[in-house]
Amino acid sequence: MAQTRTEKIVIDSLKARGKKERNFRLFGVSAIALAVIFLAILLVSIVSKGAPGFFQYYAIFEVELTRERLDPRGDMSDQSLFEGQAKKIINEAVLEFTGAKNRSEKKAARSLLSNGSDVRLVEFVKNNTDKLDTMQKIKFALDDDADSYFRGFIKKETPEKQRRLSDIEISYLDKMKKEGLISYEVSDYLFFGSASRNAEMAGIKGAFIGSMFTLAICFIISFPIGVATAVYLEEFAPKNKFTELIEININNLAAVPSVVFGILGLAIFINLFGMPRSIPLVGGMVLALMTLPTIIISSRAAIRAVPPSIRDGALGIGASPMQATFHHVVPLAIPGMLTGTIIGMAQALGETAPLLMIGMVAFIVDIPGSVTDPGTVLPVQIFMWADFAERMFIQKTSAAIIILLLFLMIMNGGAVWLRRKLERRW
Amino acid sequence: MRFSQLFTTLALSISIAGVAQARDQLSLAGSSTVLPFATIIAEEMGKNPSFKTPVVESGGSSVGKKGVCDGIGTEYIDIGNASSRMKTSELEYCDKNGVDLTEIKVGYDGIAVANSINGETLNISKADLGKALTAEIPQEDGSWIPNPYKKWSEINPSYPDIEIRVYGPPTTSGTRASFAEMVNQKAYCAKDELAKKASAARDDKKGKKCRAMRTDGAFIEAGEQDNLIVQKLQEDSLTYGIFGFSYLDQNRDTLQSAIIDGGGATFEAIASGDYAISRALYFYVKHAHVGVVPGIAEYMEEWTKHWGDDGVLADAGMVPMPADEQAKYKKAMSELPKLTADML
Repeated sequence: MAQTRTEKIVIDSLKARGKKERNFRLFGVSAIALAVIFLAILLVSIVSKGAPGFFQYYAIFEVELTRERLDPRGDMSDQSLFEGQAKKIINEAVLEFTGAKNRSEKKAARSLLSNGSDVRLVEFVKNNTDKLDTMQKIKFALDDDADSYFRGFIKKETPEKQRRLSDIEISYLDKMKKEGLISYEVSDYLFFGSASRNAEMAGIKGAFIGSMFTLAICFIISFPIGVATAVYLEEFAPKNKFTELIEININNLAAVPSVVFGILGLAIFINLFGMPRSIPLVGGMVLALMTLPTIIISSRAAIRAVPPSIRDGALGIGASPMQATFHHVVPLAIPGMLTGTIIGMAQALGETAPLLMIGMVAFIVDIPGSVTDPGTVLPVQIFMWADFAERMFIQKTSAAIIILLLFLMIMNGGAVWLRRKLERRW
Repeated sequence: MRFSQLFTTLALSISIAGVAQARDQLSLAGSSTVLPFATIIAEEMGKNPSFKTPVVESGGSSVGKKGVCDGIGTEYIDIGNASSRMKTSELEYCDKNGVDLTEIKVGYDGIAVANSINGETLNISKADLGKALTAEIPQEDGSWIPNPYKKWSEINPSYPDIEIRVYGPPTTSGTRASFAEMVNQKAYCAKDELAKKASAARDDKKGKKCRAMRTDGAFIEAGEQDNLIVQKLQEDSLTYGIFGFSYLDQNRDTLQSAIIDGGGATFEAIASGDYAISRALYFYVKHAHVGVVPGIAEYMEEWTKHWGDDGVLADAGMVPMPADEQAKYKKAMSELPKLTADML
């Protein structure tokens, strides 16, 4: 049977159509594949660089915990322990082990253990008062240069002048290794330490608690205000020029660079209200300003997604507008509101720019005990560590990035889970 | 009901802020070059249970000098860190706000010019380094043209035959200001005969206009983070970088110092003054806060314990002052002489 002209055109165009469809699919798949490859590269690079940051080298030394030397006042107070000779006791143990004689040898031996070893000894004594006046084996962190040596970043082959450890120091470290004093363990400083200029002692605890305080304040302020604004604008506000103007402004605010909110915070909260600098309370308030538009916009979308029949039904059986809103519409919109809020919070968790202006981009050692104590946040800690010259901070930075990423994943995962669990379909 | 509870919490949290106005720990801000050393001191001081650890903010020298003069009161910082000295114009701002200061010098930091050990060592005179990096170059007729040099070898055939590409800090940085003053202005424009004449002709006898760095891509601003410059140099052996000496000190196995006027940046050369591109590190104490915010005197004293040859500061790369300067500034810490324009 011969083909008619029309049939021929259709068959030819079918081929072209199929080709277009295949091409489109190919584009789609390759775009996703590219994204997956980049993500994989990013994750592999962060994890491979950051994983060693979770560990560090320790050396175990036996020290004598003489009561009079450690606690000269005899009352076990912080001040007394501070005035005690913890550092000297550790140095004596190290000098005895290394057998250092002259001044430069002694200096080399003393530099091998972390500068914060005395703090560790004092902590141990505080928690184990019964062990006073005995010999105890205590695990001290190695100094960051010594740590870098065992990691292979400082090599013996490098000429002595070009490396940060002298030949004597390396020989002492080798001796410690040979005698089994060195151990490579999960870094307790990373999780329980605070900001420190000694790379081996630096940890995220202070920044983590600061982040939690800041986010708590941010949530307490932005969630109720954001939801209330959304409910009012969506359910009660008259539709006129004025509410339209407000709507446009809210959308604009969502696109304002975050550092602008920091400047606003500095001008209003600190300069006008006289609040102190560097505190999570002000940080949370500034971040709340930043997250408000996100919450309002997503909450309004959630309210709009509730079918009008629900509202009409409630009004139809005699509920007041207030009752219809709060008994029926808002509960159904809550999953969407929470999702928007959590995403806004996750964004706030990663912000540093607005905090710069209000003094939270700072080196803060003391762990904040309340929202009005000076504190910093995780991304700031990462930013500060990335800038310090000491090599060990590179691994600590990567480790802190992994922790921050984990938190963001948990928060975003939580948002997805909440939506799945609470979502109602019509 | 639930909403009203939330609002109560909100109101409560704001009222807490009203209570927490008094500050019991020091607040510092300023130069990112001083910050690594100031934080060491802050941490040492915080080990004493009687004092809270001072809060040290970054931001650059200009932020430190301006911030300390913004006003009197606990919402302002107590001490401003700077890696370049206060200018008369900056001091006027302090006077305008009624802020009296004392200047304390704590030590020196070298400014290293360095590249990867896999690259060619730059052996250059300070004047030529300025010539390579300043924005404008004088012509025979006394006019100024945008810097025409593309390669180091165009300035002097003995220099590397590679493009001039130097990473350096941005304008907010004291490192940048000091480098431009010592190299562009004092070593090149104030010394080179032609440049001296042409500077005078454009009503710039001291050569201050020479401080401007090139913006045609030969000098690249790399942000306040010196580690970023270090990383870029390690990856690209054809570029050079300008950054704080402590970063060179930490990366001696991958970076090499340029030889400038016959010498490289080493700890000893900076301390003795042989390596001449270095700048003093300062902090400025606000008189009105001494005795009001606890710990200012103790913080200053902590510096004197560690600023010596074998202290923790030297270990971190800060170059100590000679003994007579140490004595002078130690005295200033207790007497607190007011910084006046004629001292600058």
